[in-house]
Amino acid sequence: MYVYDEHDRRLVRERAAQLRDQVHRRVHGELTEEEFRPLRLQNGLYLQLHAYMLRIAIPYGLLSSTQLRKLADITRRFDRGYAHFTTRQNLQLNWPKLEDVPTILDELATVEMHAIQTSGNCIRNVTADPYAGVAADEVIDPRPYCEILRQWSTFHPELAALPRKFKLALTGAADDRAAIAVHDIGIRVVRNEAGEIGFDYYVGGGQGRTPLLAERIRAFVPERDLLSYTEAVLRVYNLEGRRDNKYKARIKILVKELGIEAFRAQVEEEHAKIKDDPALVLEAAEIERVKRYFVPPSYERFASDGATSIEALRLGKDRELARWAKGNLTAHRVPGYAIVHLSLKSRLAPPGDVTADQMDAVADLADRFSLGRIVVTHRQNLVLTDVAARDLREVHAALAALGFATPNVDRITDMITCPGLDYCDLANARSIPIADDITKRFDDLDWVFDVGPLTLNISGCINACGHHHVGNIGILGIDKQGEEFYQLMLGGSGGQGVGGADAALGRILGRALSASEVAPAIERIVRAYVDIRTSEDETFIEAYHRLGSEPFKEAVYGALKAAAE
Amino acid sequence: MALLKRPPSNEARYVVAERDAWTSAADGAPVADAADVLVSLARLEAEHATLLSRTGRTGVRLPNDRGLDPIAPWLDRLALVAIEFPKHTDGRGYSLARLLRERHGFRGEVRAVGNVLRDNLLFMHRCGFDAFELDPKYGPGGLDPAEALKAFDDFDVFYQAASDVRLPLWKRVSRS
Repeated sequence: MYVYDEHDRRLVRERAAQLRDQVHRRVHGELTEEEFRPLRLQNGLYLQLHAYMLRIAIPYGLLSSTQLRKLADITRRFDRGYAHFTTRQNLQLNWPKLEDVPTILDELATVEMHAIQTSGNCIRNVTADPYAGVAADEVIDPRPYCEILRQWSTFHPELAALPRKFKLALTGAADDRAAIAVHDIGIRVVRNEAGEIGFDYYVGGGQGRTPLLAERIRAFVPERDLLSYTEAVLRVYNLEGRRDNKYKARIKILVKELGIEAFRAQVEEEHAKIKDDPALVLEAAEIERVKRYFVPPSYERFASDGATSIEALRLGKDRELARWAKGNLTAHRVPGYAIVHLSLKSRLAPPGDVTADQMDAVADLADRFSLGRIVVTHRQNLVLTDVAARDLREVHAALAALGFATPNVDRITDMITCPGLDYCDLANARSIPIADDITKRFDDLDWVFDVGPLTLNISGCINACGHHHVGNIGILGIDKQGEEFYQLMLGGSGGQGVGGADAALGRILGRALSASEVAPAIERIVRAYVDIRTSEDETFIEAYHRLGSEPFKEAVYGALKAAAE
Repeated sequence: MALLKRPPSNEARYVVAERDAWTSAADGAPVADAADVLVSLARLEAEHATLLSRTGRTGVRLPNDRGLDPIAPWLDRLALVAIEFPKHTDGRGYSLARLLRERHGFRGEVRAVGNVLRDNLLFMHRCGFDAFELDPKYGPGGLDPAEALKAFDDFDVFYQAASDVRLPLWKRVSRS
């Protein structure tokens, strides 16, 4: 992974000192809250319902065991002993004290971490395929480009007061597991027919109250133009994006109002003027320098390819182990290794939450079994990327003891859930209790497994932090005269990574349900799917595409009507 | 209104300027031949022939929502462009300043005016601004201009190129 040099280290130290001074001035009344707001936000510091919330950046989701131990230490010393992994592969502390935040930043700086640009109207943490570097279907590792973009965007002086927040996601694999279609910029790293690397470049995707899928702006941006093209897109957005209404300020609205052709014309015109500027030309030497940090480790060569031992686990007598091996392991690029998912979705804690002790334990496991690396996924789980097949049994036992071995990855109980009204200032409704109801209802793990890949995403308001638009089943909390209600949506997809469907936005199924009606309705939808699927190979989203929403509408509202009569 | 500028005697440091060479002329107010005057864009558009043929220098206040096209015809005869920040969160002025410097090669003064705050100064400088008006109505007790000068030293590591350093870090230093 990327290792800081003296310049990177100096920069994060300077940032910590700057925020210390800003907090001091705020506390002593030299800054108004209105003036302090963008400063703290660009440093990931939100004022929430009950307290400040600090969002720590985990660039493209990649952590070393040392970093994870430091996060555990911070969580223990400055918070209440637990923290929350987010859909942008970051980590949130829910209860830090404002006065402690500068010290937390100093601590983060000691392990090459920070909270820079994790919120505010600027370029946010760049996210990526969680299997980057190890996926069997990977064409090109996107992480060096993520790192190059991270450095370019960090404290970019021109782009720090954009109309609205700005999110980039990259993938270099055949299946999109980074949901690039719902990002302000989504990039697929590709090779052209001549074998040259470039970028299949999309703009204007997003969720929130106006969900839109990104449109292709150029099918092949050459490698050398990555920064100039991105700067051109951002400059056009900075100058032309709407600032009169924060709900229409994202780049997706600009792209939609202008139309992709007109937007493209503006970007191309700007790009033509800056593409040969030495300030922006990305030279091969720099790409090679950054790529050196991401060269594959020296894997052991095994006599067998490991497939036999993984298959043996899947077919073995130990049912718990077999289910886990079927559900939570993914094929690794290197024979004899597996990608191991840690499910942070169990009945033990809210989705994405981990305790400091669990973080320490995962760091130890990563050191013993997975080259000391951990990845956070945008579905709020963790991944050990490089586990040798021979160690799987032992890793499973350790994960089971931690509560991270629930064999439900990419299954219905592997929900993305925003913090909701329990924590969040913006929310209209609670999310975590709904997730909990659903988890209770689907407590038969064999059945959950039998249902197959199915994403269920829950947001407590239209800001869509829980990605409800791209869940195969989406749940949106709304407020009706002071009471919490929930809209169901079907057919969404973040990308081909789960269930094999292209990115799509879900559609509302029918009238909103009360909190107590949600979990039973989800069960009816799933039962209806199991009844009508052609075989176990037809995923939920495929069945939905074949049959549309009618059978599911009937399952939910027919039952409610019958109950009412 | 305090003004931060670099004196000709020391181009490396910003100081609190003792006096402002420029006077603002309201639309319709008389303009002396030898005075250095700052006028609105509307006045420049209407009276550019007379304004620009004076012996004194002319500057213009530029709103941030029309790009640079309105002043492009006269840039070589303007000595000051004062870019307005209606709100400190409205970042269009940053792009305008960079375009003025890097695309139009403007060598005169580029001044940040309006809701200019201490914590924006360094980024403004990086985008090509070289003068900053601090309006006492901002900041809870007004901004302390001497204190604000410290903001230029908040960072000395810059990853990306801008108008101040014209190459990214990796082209300026050896990184390993």
